[in-house]
Amino acid sequence: MGLDIAFWILAVVGVAAALAVVLLRDVFRAALSLVLCFLTVAGIYVILSADFLGVVQVLVYIGGISVLIILAIMLTREVQQGSPSNRLRIPALIVAVIFLGVMAFTLINTPWQISTAPPLTPTTSALANSLLGEGGFILAVEIAATLLLAAILGAIVLVREK
Amino acid sequence: MSIGLEHYLILSAILFSIGLYGALTKRNAIVILMCIEIMLNAVNIAMVAFSRFITPALLTGQVFAIFIIVVAAAEAAVGLAIIIAIYRSRETIESTKIDLMKW
Repeated sequence: MGLDIAFWILAVVGVAAALAVVLLRDVFRAALSLVLCFLTVAGIYVILSADFLGVVQVLVYIGGISVLIILAIMLTREVQQGSPSNRLRIPALIVAVIFLGVMAFTLINTPWQISTAPPLTPTTSALANSLLGEGGFILAVEIAATLLLAAILGAIVLVREK
Repeated sequence: MSIGLEHYLILSAILFSIGLYGALTKRNAIVILMCIEIMLNAVNIAMVAFSRFITPALLTGQVFAIFIIVVAAAEAAVGLAIIIAIYRSRETIESTKIDLMKW
Protein backbone atom coordinates (compact mmCIF):
# COMPACT_ATOMS: atom_id res chain seq x y z
CA MET A 1 0.00 0.00 0.00
CA GLY A 2 2.81 2.39 0.86
CA LEU A 3 4.53 1.54 -2.42
CA ASP A 4 1.32 2.35 -4.32
CA ILE A 5 1.06 5.80 -2.75
CA ALA A 6 4.78 6.40 -3.38
CA PHE A 7 4.35 5.37 -7.02
CA TRP A 8 1.44 7.75 -7.63
CA ILE A 9 3.20 10.69 -5.97
CA LEU A 10 6.43 10.05 -7.91
CA ALA A 11 4.59 9.53 -11.20
CA VAL A 12 2.54 12.73 -10.92
CA VAL A 13 5.52 14.83 -9.83
CA GLY A 14 7.73 13.30 -12.53
CA VAL A 15 5.27 13.90 -15.36
CA ALA A 16 4.61 17.47 -14.12
CA ALA A 17 8.35 18.17 -13.98
CA ALA A 18 8.85 16.78 -17.50
CA LEU A 19 5.95 18.93 -18.77
CA ALA A 20 7.55 21.94 -17.08
CA VAL A 21 10.84 21.22 -18.93
CA VAL A 22 8.95 21.32 -22.24
CA LEU A 23 6.55 24.19 -21.50
CA LEU A 24 8.50 26.71 -19.37
CA ARG A 25 9.87 29.67 -21.30
CA ASP A 26 12.80 30.26 -18.93
CA VAL A 27 15.61 27.85 -19.87
CA PHE A 28 17.18 27.96 -16.41
CA ARG A 29 13.92 27.05 -14.67
CA ALA A 30 13.45 24.25 -17.22
CA ALA A 31 16.87 22.89 -16.20
CA LEU A 32 15.88 23.02 -12.52
CA SER A 33 12.67 21.10 -13.18
CA LEU A 34 14.75 18.61 -15.19
CA VAL A 35 16.67 17.98 -11.95
CA LEU A 36 13.34 17.33 -10.19
CA CYS A 37 12.37 14.90 -12.96
CA PHE A 38 15.69 13.01 -12.53
CA LEU A 39 15.07 12.84 -8.78
CA THR A 40 11.61 11.29 -9.22
CA VAL A 41 13.08 8.75 -11.64
CA ALA A 42 15.59 7.82 -8.92
CA GLY A 43 12.64 7.34 -6.54
CA ILE A 44 10.93 5.09 -9.12
CA TYR A 45 14.10 2.95 -9.22
CA VAL A 46 14.06 2.67 -5.45
CA ILE A 47 10.44 1.50 -5.30
CA LEU A 48 11.26 -0.99 -8.09
CA SER A 49 13.87 -2.34 -5.60
CA ALA A 50 16.79 -1.28 -7.84
CA ASP A 51 18.71 0.40 -5.02
CA PHE A 52 22.10 0.57 -6.78
CA LEU A 53 20.56 2.14 -9.89
CA GLY A 54 18.81 4.75 -7.75
CA VAL A 55 22.14 5.81 -6.27
CA VAL A 56 23.77 5.80 -9.71
CA GLN A 57 20.92 7.97 -11.04
CA VAL A 58 21.44 10.54 -8.27
CA LEU A 59 25.23 10.54 -8.71
CA VAL A 60 25.44 10.60 -12.50
CA TYR A 61 22.34 12.54 -13.54
CA ILE A 62 21.79 14.97 -10.66
CA GLY A 63 25.46 15.28 -9.75
CA GLY A 64 26.96 15.23 -13.22
CA ILE A 65 24.70 15.82 -16.21
CA SER A 66 22.53 18.50 -14.54
CA VAL A 67 25.61 20.51 -13.55
CA LEU A 68 26.92 20.17 -17.11
CA ILE A 69 23.60 21.37 -18.60
CA ILE A 70 23.34 24.32 -16.18
CA LEU A 71 26.97 25.26 -16.96
CA ALA A 72 26.20 25.19 -20.69
CA ILE A 73 23.13 27.41 -20.14
CA MET A 74 25.29 29.88 -18.19
CA LEU A 75 27.94 29.88 -20.94
CA THR A 76 25.61 30.53 -23.85
CA ARG A 77 23.66 33.59 -22.58
CA GLU A 78 20.41 32.58 -24.29
CA VAL A 79 18.46 32.63 -21.00
CA GLN A 80 16.67 35.89 -21.71
CA GLN A 81 15.44 34.68 -25.11
CA GLY A 82 13.64 31.74 -23.52
CA SER A 83 12.95 28.52 -25.40
CA PRO A 84 10.38 29.27 -28.10
CA SER A 85 8.86 26.55 -30.26
CA ASN A 86 9.40 26.24 -33.98
CA ARG A 87 6.72 25.90 -36.67
CA LEU A 88 6.27 22.18 -36.04
CA ARG A 89 4.32 22.54 -32.79
CA ILE A 90 0.96 21.12 -33.93
CA PRO A 91 2.38 18.20 -36.04
CA ALA A 92 4.78 17.29 -33.22
CA LEU A 93 1.93 17.30 -30.71
CA ILE A 94 -0.10 15.02 -33.01
CA VAL A 95 2.88 12.66 -33.47
CA ALA A 96 3.53 12.50 -29.71
CA VAL A 97 -0.14 11.86 -28.86
CA ILE A 98 -0.46 9.15 -31.54
CA PHE A 99 2.74 7.52 -30.29
CA LEU A 100 1.45 7.58 -26.70
CA GLY A 101 -1.91 6.14 -27.75
CA VAL A 102 -0.36 3.27 -29.75
CA MET A 103 2.09 2.48 -26.94
CA ALA A 104 -0.63 2.51 -24.25
CA PHE A 105 -2.91 0.31 -26.39
CA THR A 106 -0.22 -2.32 -27.03
CA LEU A 107 1.08 -2.23 -23.45
CA ILE A 108 -2.35 -2.81 -21.96
CA ASN A 109 -3.32 -5.54 -24.43
CA THR A 110 -0.10 -7.57 -24.20
CA PRO A 111 -0.32 -10.62 -21.87
CA TRP A 112 2.89 -10.12 -19.87
CA GLN A 113 4.32 -13.19 -18.12
CA ILE A 114 4.64 -11.70 -14.66
CA SER A 115 6.99 -13.58 -12.36
CA THR A 116 5.93 -13.80 -8.73
CA ALA A 117 9.44 -14.33 -7.39
CA PRO A 118 10.50 -11.76 -4.77
CA PRO A 119 13.01 -9.14 -5.95
CA LEU A 120 16.68 -9.37 -5.05
CA THR A 121 17.81 -7.02 -2.29
CA PRO A 122 20.44 -5.67 -2.18
CA THR A 123 21.21 -5.75 -5.88
CA THR A 124 24.81 -4.51 -5.73
CA SER A 125 26.63 -7.86 -5.48
CA ALA A 126 24.34 -9.53 -8.04
CA LEU A 127 24.92 -6.63 -10.46
CA ALA A 128 28.69 -6.88 -9.94
CA ASN A 129 28.51 -10.62 -10.64
CA SER A 130 26.61 -10.16 -13.88
CA LEU A 131 28.80 -7.23 -15.00
CA LEU A 132 32.26 -8.57 -14.14
CA GLY A 133 31.74 -12.25 -13.37
CA GLU A 134 32.01 -15.41 -15.43
CA GLY A 135 29.95 -15.27 -18.63
CA GLY A 136 28.88 -11.70 -17.90
CA PHE A 137 29.07 -8.35 -19.64
CA ILE A 138 32.84 -7.80 -19.18
CA LEU A 139 33.42 -6.98 -22.87
CA ALA A 140 30.63 -4.38 -22.76
CA VAL A 141 32.18 -2.87 -19.62
CA GLU A 142 35.52 -2.48 -21.41
CA ILE A 143 33.81 -0.95 -24.46
CA ALA A 144 31.94 1.48 -22.17
CA ALA A 145 35.24 2.54 -20.59
CA THR A 146 36.73 3.19 -24.05
CA LEU A 147 33.59 5.11 -25.07
CA LEU A 148 33.83 7.34 -21.99
CA LEU A 149 37.53 8.03 -22.65
CA ALA A 150 36.76 8.90 -26.29
CA ALA A 151 33.88 11.16 -25.21
CA ILE A 152 36.07 13.03 -22.70
CA LEU A 153 38.86 13.51 -25.26
CA GLY A 154 36.36 14.60 -27.91
CA ALA A 155 34.75 17.14 -25.58
CA ILE A 156 38.17 18.60 -24.66
CA VAL A 157 39.20 18.87 -28.32
CA LEU A 158 35.87 20.49 -29.29
CA VAL A 159 35.91 23.27 -26.68
CA ARG A 160 39.67 23.94 -26.68
CA GLU A 161 40.77 27.47 -27.58
CA LYS A 162 42.46 27.55 -30.97
CA MET B 1 -5.88 -2.37 -8.12
CA SER B 2 -2.28 -2.61 -7.02
CA ILE B 3 0.60 -1.20 -9.02
CA GLY B 4 1.80 -3.63 -11.70
CA LEU B 5 4.08 -3.70 -14.72
CA GLU B 6 1.60 -1.78 -16.91
CA HIS B 7 1.65 1.26 -14.61
CA TYR B 8 5.42 1.62 -14.90
CA LEU B 9 5.38 1.03 -18.66
CA ILE B 10 2.67 3.65 -19.20
CA LEU B 11 4.57 6.14 -17.03
CA SER B 12 7.60 5.41 -19.20
CA ALA B 13 5.56 5.94 -22.40
CA ILE B 14 4.18 9.27 -21.09
CA LEU B 15 7.67 10.56 -20.23
CA PHE B 16 8.97 9.38 -23.63
CA SER B 17 6.15 11.20 -25.46
CA ILE B 18 6.82 14.43 -23.53
CA GLY B 19 10.51 14.18 -24.42
CA LEU B 20 9.68 13.42 -28.06
CA TYR B 21 7.39 16.46 -28.31
CA GLY B 22 10.05 18.70 -26.76
CA ALA B 23 12.86 17.35 -28.93
CA LEU B 24 10.80 17.94 -32.08
CA THR B 25 9.55 21.44 -31.26
CA LYS B 26 12.21 23.31 -29.29
CA ARG B 27 14.54 25.81 -30.93
CA ASN B 28 17.12 26.09 -28.15
CA ALA B 29 19.67 23.30 -28.70
CA ILE B 30 20.28 22.85 -24.95
CA VAL B 31 16.55 22.28 -24.36
CA ILE B 32 16.60 19.66 -27.14
CA LEU B 33 19.42 17.85 -25.28
CA MET B 34 17.41 18.06 -22.03
CA CYS B 35 14.40 16.47 -23.76
CA ILE B 36 16.63 13.67 -25.09
CA GLU B 37 17.77 13.03 -21.51
CA ILE B 38 14.09 12.73 -20.47
CA MET B 39 13.55 10.16 -23.25
CA LEU B 40 16.58 8.12 -22.11
CA ASN B 41 15.28 8.18 -18.52
CA ALA B 42 11.88 6.91 -19.73
CA VAL B 43 13.56 3.99 -21.49
CA ASN B 44 15.50 3.24 -18.29
CA ILE B 45 12.26 3.11 -16.28
CA ALA B 46 10.88 0.54 -18.75
CA MET B 47 14.10 -1.53 -18.52
CA VAL B 48 14.09 -1.60 -14.72
CA ALA B 49 10.35 -2.40 -14.61
CA PHE B 50 10.83 -5.37 -16.96
CA SER B 51 13.76 -6.51 -14.85
CA ARG B 52 11.71 -6.26 -11.64
CA PHE B 53 8.51 -7.91 -12.87
CA ILE B 54 9.55 -10.47 -15.51
CA THR B 55 13.06 -11.69 -14.57
CA PRO B 56 13.52 -10.63 -10.92
CA ALA B 57 16.50 -12.93 -10.31
CA LEU B 58 18.60 -12.13 -13.40
CA LEU B 59 18.90 -8.30 -13.29
CA THR B 60 19.69 -8.11 -17.02
CA GLY B 61 17.44 -5.09 -17.40
CA GLN B 62 19.35 -3.23 -14.70
CA VAL B 63 22.66 -4.02 -16.43
CA PHE B 64 21.23 -2.58 -19.66
CA ALA B 65 20.06 0.50 -17.72
CA ILE B 66 23.61 1.03 -16.42
CA PHE B 67 24.97 0.94 -19.99
CA ILE B 68 22.27 3.38 -21.12
CA ILE B 69 23.35 5.76 -18.32
CA VAL B 70 26.98 5.49 -19.49
CA VAL B 71 26.06 6.28 -23.09
CA ALA B 72 23.80 9.15 -21.95
CA ALA B 73 26.64 10.69 -19.96
CA ALA B 74 28.99 10.47 -22.96
CA GLU B 75 26.28 11.92 -25.23
CA ALA B 76 25.62 14.85 -22.88
CA ALA B 77 29.33 15.68 -22.62
CA VAL B 78 29.96 15.62 -26.39
CA GLY B 79 26.64 17.29 -27.24
CA LEU B 80 27.17 20.20 -24.87
CA ALA B 81 30.76 20.58 -26.15
CA ILE B 82 29.45 20.78 -29.72
CA ILE B 83 26.82 23.35 -28.66
CA ILE B 84 29.46 25.52 -26.94
CA ALA B 85 31.75 25.27 -29.99
CA ILE B 86 28.87 26.36 -32.27
CA TYR B 87 28.04 29.22 -29.90
CA ARG B 88 31.66 30.42 -30.04
CA SER B 89 31.73 30.59 -33.81
CA ARG B 90 28.15 31.61 -34.65
CA GLU B 91 26.92 33.45 -31.50
CA THR B 92 23.66 31.49 -31.47
CA ILE B 93 22.38 28.07 -30.43
CA GLU B 94 18.98 28.32 -32.12
CA SER B 95 18.59 25.11 -34.05
CA THR B 96 16.71 26.85 -36.87
CA LYS B 97 19.62 29.24 -37.45
CA ILE B 98 22.35 26.57 -37.43
CA ASP B 99 22.02 25.75 -41.15
CA LEU B 100 25.67 25.58 -42.17
CA MET B 101 25.24 22.20 -43.88
CA LYS B 102 21.89 23.01 -45.53
CA TRP B 103 21.88 23.52 -49.28
